[in-house]
Amino acid sequence: MSPTRAGEHPGTDAPGPDLPRLDVRGVSKSFGPLDVLRGLDLSVRPGEFAAVIGPSGSGKSTLFNLVSGLDAPDAGTVLVDGAPADLRSRQVAYMPQKDLLFPWRTVLDNTALGLEAQGTRRREARKRAVGLFEAFGLDGFQGSYPFQLSGGMRQRAALLRTVVLERPVLLLDEPFGALDSLTRTEMQLWLAEMWQRYGWTVVLVTHDIREAVMLADTVHVLSPRPARVVQTIEVPLARPRGLDALADPAFAETERRILDVLQDRDVLPDRHVPQDRDVPQDRPAEAGIR
Amino acid sequence: MRARQALTAAWPPVLVAVLLLAGWQFYTSAAHVDPTTLPSPARVWEQGWENRADLWANTLPTLQETLLGFGLSFLAAWTVAVLLDFSAIARRGLYPLLVASQTIPIVAVAPLLIIWFGFGLLPKMLVVTLTTFFPLAANLAAGFAATDREAMRLLRSLGAGRLRTFRLVRVPSALPYFFAGLRVSITYAVIGAVFAEYAGAESGLGIYMQEQKSAFRTDLVFAAVAVTALLSIALFGATYLLQRLVLPWERAMKQEGRS
Ligand SMILES: Nc1ncnc2c1ncn2[C@@H]1O[C@H](COP(=O)(O)OP(=O)(O)OP(=O)(O)O)[C@@H](O)[C@H]1O
Ligand SMILES: [Mg+2]
Repeated sequence: MSPTRAGEHPGTDAPGPDLPRLDVRGVSKSFGPLDVLRGLDLSVRPGEFAAVIGPSGSGKSTLFNLVSGLDAPDAGTVLVDGAPADLRSRQVAYMPQKDLLFPWRTVLDNTALGLEAQGTRRREARKRAVGLFEAFGLDGFQGSYPFQLSGGMRQRAALLRTVVLERPVLLLDEPFGALDSLTRTEMQLWLAEMWQRYGWTVVLVTHDIREAVMLADTVHVLSPRPARVVQTIEVPLARPRGLDALADPAFAETERRILDVLQDRDVLPDRHVPQDRDVPQDRPAEAGIR
Repeated sequence: MRARQALTAAWPPVLVAVLLLAGWQFYTSAAHVDPTTLPSPARVWEQGWENRADLWANTLPTLQETLLGFGLSFLAAWTVAVLLDFSAIARRGLYPLLVASQTIPIVAVAPLLIIWFGFGLLPKMLVVTLTTFFPLAANLAAGFAATDREAMRLLRSLGAGRLRTFRLVRVPSALPYFFAGLRVSITYAVIGAVFAEYAGAESGLGIYMQEQKSAFRTDLVFAAVAVTALLSIALFGATYLLQRLVLPWERAMKQEGRS
Protein backbone atom coordinates (compact mmCIF):
# COMPACT_ATOMS: atom_id res chain seq x y z
CA MET A 1 0.00 0.00 0.00
CA SER A 2 2.95 2.36 0.04
CA PRO A 3 4.40 2.54 -3.44
CA THR A 4 7.76 4.19 -3.84
CA ARG A 5 7.50 7.64 -5.21
CA ALA A 6 9.99 9.76 -7.00
CA GLY A 7 10.95 13.09 -5.49
CA GLU A 8 9.86 12.41 -1.93
CA HIS A 9 9.33 15.69 -0.18
CA PRO A 10 12.15 16.35 2.28
CA GLY A 11 9.81 17.80 4.90
CA THR A 12 7.57 14.77 5.02
CA ASP A 13 9.90 12.15 6.49
CA ALA A 14 8.48 10.81 9.71
CA PRO A 15 10.43 11.43 12.89
CA GLY A 16 9.73 7.85 13.97
CA PRO A 17 8.82 4.85 11.86
CA ASP A 18 5.54 4.10 13.60
CA LEU A 19 4.51 7.57 14.65
CA PRO A 20 1.49 8.76 12.73
CA ARG A 21 1.89 12.13 11.11
CA LEU A 22 -1.56 13.10 12.31
CA ASP A 23 -3.26 11.54 15.28
CA VAL A 24 -6.73 12.63 16.35
CA ARG A 25 -7.79 10.94 19.58
CA GLY A 26 -11.23 11.03 21.09
CA VAL A 27 -11.92 14.56 19.99
CA SER A 28 -15.19 16.27 20.89
CA LYS A 29 -16.41 19.72 20.01
CA SER A 30 -19.71 21.51 20.54
CA PHE A 31 -20.96 24.95 19.71
CA GLY A 32 -23.28 25.87 22.54
CA PRO A 33 -25.94 23.19 22.66
CA LEU A 34 -24.90 21.75 19.30
CA ASP A 35 -22.73 18.64 19.60
CA VAL A 36 -20.70 18.56 16.42
CA LEU A 37 -17.93 16.05 17.07
CA ARG A 38 -18.05 13.37 19.72
CA GLY A 39 -15.19 10.99 20.37
CA LEU A 40 -13.66 11.21 16.93
CA ASP A 41 -10.53 9.13 16.24
CA LEU A 42 -8.49 9.34 13.09
CA SER A 43 -4.87 8.75 12.23
CA VAL A 44 -2.85 9.46 9.11
CA ARG A 45 0.58 8.04 8.20
CA PRO A 46 3.32 10.21 6.73
CA GLY A 47 2.91 10.48 2.97
CA GLU A 48 -0.58 9.05 3.11
CA PHE A 49 -3.54 10.44 1.21
CA ALA A 50 -6.52 10.26 3.54
CA ALA A 51 -10.08 11.21 2.68
CA VAL A 52 -12.78 12.19 5.15
CA ILE A 53 -16.29 11.74 3.85
CA GLY A 54 -19.47 12.50 5.69
CA PRO A 55 -22.93 14.00 5.47
CA SER A 56 -23.38 17.71 5.01
CA GLY A 57 -23.05 19.57 8.29
CA SER A 58 -21.55 16.59 10.07
CA GLY A 59 -18.54 18.58 11.24
CA LYS A 60 -15.84 18.03 8.62
CA SER A 61 -14.77 21.66 8.52
CA THR A 62 -14.95 21.77 12.31
CA LEU A 63 -12.50 18.85 12.40
CA PHE A 64 -10.09 20.75 10.16
CA ASN A 65 -10.35 23.83 12.32
CA LEU A 66 -9.19 21.71 15.24
CA VAL A 67 -6.39 20.01 13.33
CA SER A 68 -5.07 23.33 12.06
CA GLY A 69 -5.06 24.71 15.59
CA LEU A 70 -7.54 27.49 14.78
CA ASP A 71 -9.92 26.14 17.40
CA ALA A 72 -9.33 23.96 20.43
CA PRO A 73 -11.23 20.73 21.07
CA ASP A 74 -13.49 20.44 24.12
CA ALA A 75 -12.07 17.00 24.81
CA GLY A 76 -9.46 14.73 23.30
CA THR A 77 -6.18 15.57 21.61
CA VAL A 78 -4.92 16.39 18.15
CA LEU A 79 -1.28 15.46 17.63
CA VAL A 80 0.82 16.39 14.64
CA ASP A 81 4.07 14.42 14.60
CA GLY A 82 3.48 13.73 18.24
CA ALA A 83 3.02 17.34 19.34
CA PRO A 84 -0.32 19.00 20.09
CA ALA A 85 -1.74 20.95 17.16
CA ASP A 86 -0.84 24.60 17.49
CA LEU A 87 -0.98 27.51 15.08
CA ARG A 88 2.52 28.59 16.01
CA SER A 89 4.14 25.26 15.24
CA ARG A 90 3.17 25.73 11.59
CA GLN A 91 2.83 22.04 10.92
CA VAL A 92 -0.42 22.23 9.03
CA ALA A 93 -1.32 24.02 5.82
CA TYR A 94 -5.06 24.49 5.57
CA MET A 95 -6.96 25.17 2.37
CA PRO A 96 -10.42 26.25 3.51
CA GLN A 97 -13.68 25.41 1.79
CA LYS A 98 -13.96 28.87 0.23
CA ASP A 99 -10.94 29.71 -1.90
CA LEU A 100 -10.64 33.13 -0.22
CA LEU A 101 -8.46 34.59 -2.94
CA PHE A 102 -8.22 38.32 -2.30
CA PRO A 103 -9.69 40.44 -5.10
CA TRP A 104 -7.14 43.19 -4.50
CA ARG A 105 -4.15 40.92 -5.01
CA THR A 106 -2.90 39.56 -8.29
CA VAL A 107 -2.78 35.81 -8.69
CA LEU A 108 0.93 35.78 -7.92
CA ASP A 109 0.47 37.94 -4.83
CA ASN A 110 -2.38 35.71 -3.71
CA THR A 111 -0.27 32.59 -4.01
CA ALA A 112 2.53 34.31 -2.10
CA LEU A 113 0.15 35.41 0.66
CA GLY A 114 0.74 32.35 2.83
CA LEU A 115 4.47 32.91 2.88
CA GLU A 116 4.03 36.63 3.52
CA ALA A 117 1.64 35.82 6.34
CA GLN A 118 4.24 33.67 8.05
CA GLY A 119 6.81 36.41 7.73
CA THR A 120 8.73 35.66 4.54
CA ARG A 121 9.89 38.79 2.74
CA ARG A 122 7.66 39.70 -0.15
CA ARG A 123 10.30 39.26 -2.86
CA GLU A 124 11.33 35.88 -1.56
CA ALA A 125 7.69 34.81 -1.19
CA ARG A 126 6.91 35.72 -4.78
CA LYS A 127 10.02 33.96 -6.01
CA ARG A 128 9.07 30.73 -4.31
CA ALA A 129 5.44 30.89 -5.41
CA VAL A 130 6.28 31.65 -9.02
CA GLY A 131 8.42 28.53 -9.14
CA LEU A 132 5.28 26.40 -8.85
CA PHE A 133 3.18 28.25 -11.42
CA GLU A 134 3.99 25.94 -14.27
CA ALA A 135 3.31 22.75 -12.35
CA PHE A 136 -0.01 24.21 -11.24
CA GLY A 137 -1.05 25.20 -14.75
CA LEU A 138 -1.12 28.88 -13.86
CA ASP A 139 1.80 30.07 -15.96
CA GLY A 140 1.04 33.36 -17.68
CA PHE A 141 -1.59 34.37 -15.12
CA GLN A 142 0.79 35.79 -12.52
CA GLY A 143 -0.40 39.36 -13.11
CA SER A 144 -4.10 38.56 -13.53
CA TYR A 145 -6.67 39.14 -10.83
CA PRO A 146 -8.60 36.22 -9.31
CA PHE A 147 -11.88 37.22 -10.96
CA GLN A 148 -10.20 36.66 -14.32
CA LEU A 149 -9.54 32.98 -13.55
CA SER A 150 -11.76 29.99 -14.22
CA GLY A 151 -13.10 28.00 -11.27
CA GLY A 152 -10.48 25.29 -11.67
CA MET A 153 -7.66 27.81 -11.84
CA ARG A 154 -8.91 29.58 -8.73
CA GLN A 155 -8.77 26.30 -6.83
CA ARG A 156 -5.28 25.61 -8.12
CA ALA A 157 -4.17 29.08 -7.05
CA ALA A 158 -5.63 28.52 -3.57
CA LEU A 159 -3.88 25.16 -3.43
CA LEU A 160 -0.61 26.70 -4.52
CA ARG A 161 -0.90 29.27 -1.74
CA THR A 162 -1.24 26.32 0.63
CA VAL A 163 1.44 23.89 -0.59
CA VAL A 164 4.14 26.50 -1.14
CA LEU A 165 4.38 26.68 2.65
CA GLU A 166 5.91 23.16 2.58
CA ARG A 167 4.28 22.17 5.83
CA PRO A 168 4.13 18.50 6.75
CA VAL A 169 0.34 18.16 6.61
CA LEU A 170 -2.04 19.47 3.96
CA LEU A 171 -5.71 19.89 4.83
CA LEU A 172 -7.96 20.29 1.81
CA ASP A 173 -11.57 21.11 2.60
CA GLU A 174 -13.70 20.19 -0.42
CA PRO A 175 -11.29 21.80 -2.85
CA PHE A 176 -13.34 20.79 -5.88
CA GLY A 177 -16.82 21.06 -4.42
CA ALA A 178 -17.80 24.08 -6.48
CA LEU A 179 -16.52 22.84 -9.84
CA ASP A 180 -18.46 21.33 -12.71
CA SER A 181 -17.98 17.59 -13.00
CA LEU A 182 -15.68 17.70 -16.02
CA THR A 183 -13.32 20.21 -14.41
CA ARG A 184 -13.56 18.32 -11.17
CA THR A 185 -12.40 15.06 -12.76
CA GLU A 186 -9.55 16.91 -14.44
CA MET A 187 -8.54 18.46 -11.11
CA GLN A 188 -8.69 15.10 -9.35
CA LEU A 189 -6.33 13.52 -11.85
CA TRP A 190 -4.05 16.50 -11.55
CA LEU A 191 -4.06 16.39 -7.74
CA ALA A 192 -3.27 12.64 -7.80
CA GLU A 193 -0.31 13.38 -10.01
CA MET A 194 0.91 16.23 -7.81
CA TRP A 195 0.62 14.10 -4.69
CA GLN A 196 2.58 11.37 -6.45
CA ARG A 197 5.24 13.84 -7.42
CA TYR A 198 5.65 15.74 -4.15
CA GLY A 199 4.80 13.08 -1.59
CA TRP A 200 2.57 15.27 0.54
CA THR A 201 0.61 14.00 3.50
CA VAL A 202 -2.93 14.98 2.59
CA VAL A 203 -6.25 14.96 4.37
CA LEU A 204 -9.06 15.68 1.95
CA VAL A 205 -12.61 16.44 2.99
CA THR A 206 -15.18 15.58 0.39
CA HIS A 207 -18.85 14.87 -0.23
CA ASP A 208 -18.01 12.89 -3.30
CA ILE A 209 -17.54 9.14 -2.88
CA ARG A 210 -15.94 8.76 -6.29
CA GLU A 211 -13.45 11.52 -5.49
CA ALA A 212 -12.53 9.82 -2.22
CA VAL A 213 -11.92 6.46 -3.88
CA MET A 214 -10.09 7.99 -6.81
CA LEU A 215 -7.61 9.90 -4.68
CA ALA A 216 -7.24 8.34 -1.26
CA ASP A 217 -5.33 5.48 0.29
CA THR A 218 -7.74 5.47 3.20
CA VAL A 219 -11.31 6.74 3.47
CA HIS A 220 -12.66 7.73 6.88
CA VAL A 221 -16.44 7.74 6.92
CA LEU A 222 -18.14 10.07 9.41
CA SER A 223 -21.52 9.66 11.01
CA PRO A 224 -24.01 12.53 11.03
CA ARG A 225 -23.75 14.93 13.98
CA PRO A 226 -22.40 14.36 16.52
CA ALA A 227 -19.76 12.99 14.22
CA ARG A 228 -17.21 10.29 14.75
CA VAL A 229 -15.44 8.00 12.34
CA VAL A 230 -17.77 5.05 11.87
CA GLN A 231 -15.53 3.16 9.53
CA THR A 232 -12.11 3.40 7.92
CA ILE A 233 -11.86 1.83 4.50
CA GLU A 234 -8.59 1.10 2.72
CA VAL A 235 -8.75 1.65 -1.03
CA PRO A 236 -7.22 -1.42 -2.70
CA LEU A 237 -6.26 0.30 -5.95
CA ALA A 238 -2.75 0.46 -7.35
CA ARG A 239 -0.83 3.69 -7.87
CA PRO A 240 -0.50 5.70 -9.94
CA ARG A 241 -4.19 5.83 -10.65
CA GLY A 242 -5.54 7.19 -13.90
CA LEU A 243 -8.95 7.25 -15.47
CA ASP A 244 -8.69 3.51 -16.10
CA ALA A 245 -8.88 2.94 -12.35
CA LEU A 246 -12.57 3.77 -12.75
CA ALA A 247 -13.00 0.58 -14.76
CA ASP A 248 -11.42 -1.57 -12.05
CA PRO A 249 -14.07 -3.70 -10.32
CA ALA A 250 -12.40 -2.89 -7.01
CA PHE A 251 -13.26 0.78 -7.61
CA ALA A 252 -17.00 0.14 -7.83
CA GLU A 253 -16.81 -2.22 -4.90
CA THR A 254 -15.09 0.31 -2.67
CA GLU A 255 -17.60 2.98 -3.69
CA ARG A 256 -20.34 0.57 -2.79
CA ARG A 257 -18.86 -0.16 0.63
CA ILE A 258 -18.62 3.52 1.47
CA LEU A 259 -22.16 4.14 0.31
CA ASP A 260 -23.39 1.31 2.48
CA VAL A 261 -21.72 2.75 5.52
CA LEU A 262 -23.06 6.22 4.80
CA GLN A 263 -26.60 5.05 4.21
CA ASP A 264 -27.06 2.43 6.83
CA ARG A 265 -24.77 2.76 9.78
CA ASP A 266 -26.81 0.40 11.89
CA VAL A 267 -25.63 -2.63 9.96
CA LEU A 268 -22.09 -2.08 11.17
CA PRO A 269 -21.02 -5.14 13.09
CA ASP A 270 -18.71 -3.48 15.58
CA ARG A 271 -20.74 -0.48 16.68
CA HIS A 272 -24.28 0.43 17.32
CA VAL A 273 -25.39 4.05 16.99
CA PRO A 274 -29.08 4.24 17.78
CA GLN A 275 -29.21 7.73 19.25
CA ASP A 276 -28.32 9.50 16.02
CA ARG A 277 -31.68 8.70 14.51
CA ASP A 278 -33.54 10.39 17.34
CA VAL A 279 -31.55 13.58 17.39
CA PRO A 280 -33.30 16.28 15.38
CA GLN A 281 -31.10 17.44 12.56
CA ASP A 282 -31.36 20.53 10.47
CA ARG A 283 -30.30 18.60 7.43
CA PRO A 284 -31.05 14.96 6.68
CA ALA A 285 -28.12 12.62 6.35
CA GLU A 286 -27.25 12.63 2.69
CA ALA A 287 -25.58 9.84 0.86
CA GLY A 288 -22.94 12.25 -0.26
CA ILE A 289 -23.78 12.35 -3.94
CA ARG A 290 -24.24 15.76 -5.43
CA MET B 1 -16.22 53.65 -26.64
CA ARG B 2 -15.25 54.82 -23.15
CA ALA B 3 -15.28 58.45 -24.21
CA ARG B 4 -18.79 58.04 -25.53
CA GLN B 5 -19.89 56.54 -22.25
CA ALA B 6 -18.40 59.46 -20.34
CA LEU B 7 -20.30 61.83 -22.62
CA THR B 8 -23.53 59.94 -22.12
CA ALA B 9 -23.10 60.25 -18.38
CA ALA B 10 -22.16 63.94 -18.53
CA TRP B 11 -24.78 65.50 -20.79
CA PRO B 12 -27.86 65.35 -18.52
CA PRO B 13 -26.33 67.37 -15.65
CA VAL B 14 -24.73 69.76 -18.14
CA LEU B 15 -28.07 70.26 -19.86
CA VAL B 16 -29.81 70.95 -16.55
CA ALA B 17 -27.13 73.45 -15.56
CA VAL B 18 -27.37 75.25 -18.90
CA LEU B 19 -31.17 75.43 -18.64
CA LEU B 20 -30.95 76.85 -15.12
CA LEU B 21 -28.40 79.45 -16.15
CA ALA B 22 -30.50 80.40 -19.18
CA GLY B 23 -33.61 80.76 -16.99
CA TRP B 24 -31.70 82.87 -14.51
CA GLN B 25 -30.28 85.07 -17.26
CA PHE B 26 -33.72 85.50 -18.83
CA TYR B 27 -35.37 86.36 -15.54
CA THR B 28 -32.82 88.95 -14.44
CA SER B 29 -32.91 90.79 -17.76
CA ALA B 30 -36.67 90.49 -18.33
CA ALA B 31 -37.60 91.63 -14.82
CA HIS B 32 -34.84 94.26 -14.64
CA VAL B 33 -33.58 92.92 -11.33
CA ASP B 34 -31.14 95.17 -9.53
CA PRO B 35 -27.68 93.52 -9.91
CA THR B 36 -26.89 94.13 -6.23
CA THR B 37 -29.88 91.91 -5.43
CA LEU B 38 -29.36 89.25 -8.11
CA PRO B 39 -26.76 89.75 -10.83
CA SER B 40 -27.19 87.93 -14.14
CA PRO B 41 -24.86 84.98 -14.87
CA ALA B 42 -23.30 86.95 -17.69
CA ARG B 43 -22.45 89.77 -15.34
CA VAL B 44 -21.00 87.37 -12.78
CA TRP B 45 -18.79 85.89 -15.43
CA GLU B 46 -17.73 89.24 -16.83
CA GLN B 47 -16.94 90.79 -13.45
CA GLY B 48 -15.34 87.61 -12.18
CA TRP B 49 -13.03 87.59 -15.17
CA GLU B 50 -12.16 91.25 -14.69
CA ASN B 51 -11.27 90.60 -11.04
CA ARG B 52 -9.57 87.30 -11.72
CA ALA B 53 -6.28 88.39 -10.13
CA ASP B 54 -8.07 89.22 -6.89
CA LEU B 55 -10.08 86.02 -6.97
CA TRP B 56 -7.00 83.95 -7.61
CA ALA B 57 -5.07 85.64 -4.81
CA ASN B 58 -7.88 84.70 -2.44
CA THR B 59 -8.30 81.19 -3.82
CA LEU B 60 -4.77 80.16 -2.97
CA PRO B 61 -5.04 80.60 0.83
CA THR B 62 -8.38 78.80 0.82
CA LEU B 63 -6.92 75.92 -1.13
CA GLN B 64 -3.96 75.77 1.21
CA GLU B 65 -6.18 75.66 4.29
CA THR B 66 -8.35 73.02 2.68
CA LEU B 67 -5.49 70.72 1.76
CA LEU B 68 -3.57 71.09 5.00
CA GLY B 69 -6.70 70.73 7.11
CA PHE B 70 -7.74 67.73 5.11
CA GLY B 71 -4.31 66.18 5.43
CA LEU B 72 -4.52 66.57 9.18
CA SER B 73 -7.99 65.06 9.11
CA PHE B 74 -6.68 62.13 7.09
CA LEU B 75 -3.93 61.42 9.62
CA ALA B 76 -6.26 61.80 12.57
CA ALA B 77 -8.92 59.58 10.98
CA TRP B 78 -6.46 56.75 10.33
CA THR B 79 -5.01 57.02 13.81
CA VAL B 80 -8.39 56.99 15.51
CA ALA B 81 -9.86 54.27 13.27
CA VAL B 82 -6.85 52.00 13.84
CA LEU B 83 -7.05 52.66 17.55
CA LEU B 84 -10.77 51.83 17.58
CA ASP B 85 -10.07 48.66 15.65
CA PHE B 86 -7.32 47.45 17.93
CA SER B 87 -8.77 48.31 21.29
CA ALA B 88 -12.22 47.38 22.52
CA ILE B 89 -11.78 49.88 25.33
CA ALA B 90 -11.12 52.68 22.87
CA ARG B 91 -14.14 51.54 20.89
CA ARG B 92 -16.40 51.70 23.89
CA GLY B 93 -14.93 54.87 25.33
CA LEU B 94 -14.19 56.91 22.23
CA TYR B 95 -16.80 56.10 19.64
CA PRO B 96 -19.81 57.55 21.47
CA LEU B 97 -17.83 60.72 22.08
CA LEU B 98 -16.96 60.96 18.41
CA VAL B 99 -20.61 60.63 17.48
CA ALA B 100 -21.58 63.20 20.09
CA SER B 101 -18.92 65.58 18.78
CA GLN B 102 -20.81 65.70 15.51
CA THR B 103 -23.67 67.50 17.18
CA ILE B 104 -21.51 70.48 18.14
CA PRO B 105 -22.32 73.28 15.70
CA ILE B 106 -19.22 74.40 13.87
CA VAL B 107 -20.78 77.89 13.76
CA ALA B 108 -20.09 78.13 17.46
CA VAL B 109 -16.66 76.58 17.37
CA ALA B 110 -15.10 78.50 14.49
CA PRO B 111 -15.10 81.94 16.23
CA LEU B 112 -13.70 80.33 19.38
CA LEU B 113 -10.85 78.81 17.40
CA ILE B 114 -10.09 82.26 15.98
CA ILE B 115 -10.03 83.67 19.52
CA TRP B 116 -7.70 80.90 20.68
CA PHE B 117 -5.39 80.60 17.69
CA GLY B 118 -5.56 83.98 15.97
CA PHE B 119 -6.19 84.87 12.34
CA GLY B 120 -3.55 82.59 10.87
CA LEU B 121 -3.65 79.24 9.14
CA LEU B 122 -4.13 76.97 12.14
CA PRO B 123 -7.73 77.75 13.16
CA LYS B 124 -8.89 77.34 9.54
CA MET B 125 -7.09 74.05 9.24
CA LEU B 126 -8.76 72.91 12.42
CA VAL B 127 -12.22 73.84 11.18
CA VAL B 128 -11.60 71.85 7.99
CA THR B 129 -10.35 68.94 10.08
CA LEU B 130 -13.37 69.07 12.37
CA THR B 131 -15.85 69.10 9.51
CA THR B 132 -14.20 66.30 7.52
CA PHE B 133 -12.84 64.01 10.19
CA PHE B 134 -15.93 62.08 11.17
CA PRO B 135 -17.06 60.61 7.83
CA LEU B 136 -13.48 59.55 7.18
CA ALA B 137 -12.90 57.88 10.53
CA ALA B 138 -16.35 56.31 10.74
CA ASN B 139 -16.15 54.78 7.27
CA LEU B 140 -12.67 53.52 7.86
CA ALA B 141 -13.62 51.93 11.18
CA ALA B 142 -16.67 50.35 9.54
CA GLY B 143 -14.44 49.06 6.75
CA PHE B 144 -12.05 47.41 9.20
CA ALA B 145 -14.94 45.85 11.05
CA ALA B 146 -16.51 44.50 7.86
CA THR B 147 -13.49 42.35 7.04
CA ASP B 148 -14.51 38.82 6.14
CA ARG B 149 -14.23 36.58 9.19
CA GLU B 150 -13.10 33.61 7.13
CA ALA B 151 -10.34 35.68 5.59
CA MET B 152 -9.14 36.59 9.06
CA ARG B 153 -9.09 32.94 10.05
CA LEU B 154 -7.22 32.04 6.89
CA LEU B 155 -4.50 34.53 7.80
CA ARG B 156 -4.33 33.13 11.29
CA SER B 157 -4.02 29.57 10.01
CA LEU B 158 -1.24 30.70 7.69
CA GLY B 159 0.68 32.00 10.67
CA ALA B 160 0.07 35.75 10.64
CA GLY B 161 -0.04 37.65 13.91
CA ARG B 162 -2.35 40.52 14.64
CA LEU B 163 -0.32 43.28 13.01
CA ARG B 164 0.38 41.33 9.86
CA THR B 165 -3.26 40.27 9.59
CA PHE B 166 -4.19 43.90 9.91
CA ARG B 167 -1.86 44.95 7.12
CA LEU B 168 -2.60 42.06 4.78
CA VAL B 169 -6.39 41.83 5.13
CA ARG B 170 -8.05 44.49 7.20
CA VAL B 171 -6.49 47.50 5.54
CA PRO B 172 -7.10 46.37 1.96
CA SER B 173 -10.67 45.31 2.68
CA ALA B 174 -11.37 48.67 4.33
CA LEU B 175 -10.06 50.76 1.44
CA PRO B 176 -13.28 50.82 -0.62
CA TYR B 177 -15.09 52.06 2.51
CA PHE B 178 -12.39 54.61 3.05
CA PHE B 179 -12.90 56.03 -0.42
CA ALA B 180 -16.63 56.28 0.16
CA GLY B 181 -15.90 58.32 3.29
CA LEU B 182 -13.29 60.36 1.47
CA ARG B 183 -15.83 61.49 -1.10
CA VAL B 184 -18.34 62.54 1.53
CA SER B 185 -15.83 64.47 3.57
CA ILE B 186 -13.96 66.15 0.73
CA THR B 187 -17.16 67.94 -0.27
CA TYR B 188 -17.24 69.49 3.20
CA ALA B 189 -13.59 70.47 3.14
CA VAL B 190 -13.73 73.60 0.96
CA ILE B 191 -16.92 74.79 2.62
CA GLY B 192 -15.25 74.32 5.98
CA ALA B 193 -12.32 76.51 4.95
CA VAL B 194 -14.56 79.23 3.50
CA PHE B 195 -16.64 79.20 6.62
CA ALA B 196 -13.62 79.52 8.87
CA GLU B 197 -12.47 82.53 6.86
CA TYR B 198 -15.90 84.04 7.29
CA ALA B 199 -15.29 83.96 11.01
CA GLY B 200 -12.12 85.96 10.60
CA ALA B 201 -9.20 85.98 8.18
CA GLU B 202 -6.78 88.18 6.31
CA SER B 203 -7.33 86.62 2.93
CA GLY B 204 -9.25 83.78 1.33
CA LEU B 205 -12.48 83.28 -0.55
CA GLY B 206 -14.56 83.49 2.61
CA ILE B 207 -13.31 86.87 3.68
CA TYR B 208 -13.40 88.01 0.06
CA MET B 209 -17.10 87.15 -0.13
CA GLN B 210 -17.74 89.07 3.04
CA GLU B 211 -15.92 92.13 1.79
CA GLN B 212 -17.71 92.10 -1.54
CA LYS B 213 -21.04 91.66 0.18
CA SER B 214 -20.35 94.74 2.31
CA ALA B 215 -19.44 96.63 -0.87
CA PHE B 216 -22.72 95.49 -2.47
CA ARG B 217 -20.78 93.59 -5.12
CA THR B 218 -23.19 90.69 -5.22
CA ASP B 219 -21.80 89.71 -8.61
CA LEU B 220 -18.35 89.11 -7.12
CA VAL B 221 -19.87 87.17 -4.23
CA PHE B 222 -21.39 84.88 -6.83
CA ALA B 223 -18.08 84.65 -8.67
CA ALA B 224 -16.37 83.55 -5.47
CA VAL B 225 -19.13 81.01 -4.84
CA ALA B 226 -18.53 79.62 -8.32
CA VAL B 227 -14.81 79.26 -7.61
CA THR B 228 -15.62 77.45 -4.36
CA ALA B 229 -17.86 75.04 -6.22
CA LEU B 230 -15.21 74.39 -8.85
CA LEU B 231 -12.64 73.64 -6.16
CA SER B 232 -14.96 71.15 -4.51
CA ILE B 233 -15.75 69.44 -7.79
CA ALA B 234 -12.04 69.21 -8.66
CA LEU B 235 -11.19 67.64 -5.29
CA PHE B 236 -14.13 65.27 -5.63
CA GLY B 237 -12.86 64.20 -9.05
CA ALA B 238 -9.37 63.75 -7.63
CA THR B 239 -10.66 61.08 -5.24
CA TYR B 240 -11.66 58.97 -8.24
CA LEU B 241 -8.21 59.35 -9.74
CA LEU B 242 -6.62 58.37 -6.45
CA GLN B 243 -8.91 55.39 -6.09
CA ARG B 244 -7.98 54.24 -9.55
CA LEU B 245 -4.31 54.38 -8.61
CA VAL B 246 -4.68 52.68 -5.26
CA LEU B 247 -7.26 50.05 -6.26
CA PRO B 248 -6.42 49.15 -9.86
CA TRP B 249 -8.26 45.84 -9.57
CA GLU B 250 -11.64 47.56 -9.13
CA ARG B 251 -11.33 49.14 -12.54
CA ALA B 252 -10.16 45.91 -14.15
CA MET B 253 -13.16 44.19 -12.61
CA LYS B 254 -15.62 46.79 -13.86
CA GLN B 255 -14.21 46.67 -17.36
CA GLU B 256 -14.40 42.90 -17.39
CA GLY B 257 -18.01 43.10 -16.26
CA ARG B 258 -18.85 45.46 -19.09
CA SER B 259 -17.36 43.43 -21.91
N1 LIG C 1 -18.33 28.62 14.86
C1 LIG C 1 -19.50 27.95 14.89
N2 LIG C 1 -20.46 28.33 15.74
C2 LIG C 1 -21.64 27.66 15.79
N3 LIG C 1 -21.94 26.60 15.04
C3 LIG C 1 -21.02 26.17 14.17
C4 LIG C 1 -19.75 26.82 14.04
N4 LIG C 1 -19.04 26.17 13.10
C5 LIG C 1 -19.83 25.18 12.66
N5 LIG C 1 -21.01 25.16 13.30
C6 LIG C 1 -22.09 24.20 13.11
O1 LIG C 1 -21.53 22.92 13.24
C7 LIG C 1 -22.07 22.03 12.30
C8 LIG C 1 -20.95 21.41 11.51
O2 LIG C 1 -20.37 22.41 10.70
P1 LIG C 1 -19.20 22.09 9.67
O3 LIG C 1 -18.98 23.32 8.89
O4 LIG C 1 -18.05 21.53 10.40
O5 LIG C 1 -19.86 20.96 8.78
P2 LIG C 1 -19.31 20.32 7.43
O6 LIG C 1 -19.32 18.86 7.62
O7 LIG C 1 -18.04 20.95 7.04
O8 LIG C 1 -20.47 20.75 6.44
P3 LIG C 1 -20.38 20.98 4.86
O9 LIG C 1 -20.34 19.62 4.26
O10 LIG C 1 -21.67 21.67 4.57
O11 LIG C 1 -19.18 21.79 4.59
C9 LIG C 1 -23.04 22.83 11.46
O12 LIG C 1 -24.35 22.57 11.93
C10 LIG C 1 -22.64 24.25 11.70
O13 LIG C 1 -23.77 25.08 11.63
MG1 LIG D 1 -17.43 22.12 5.49
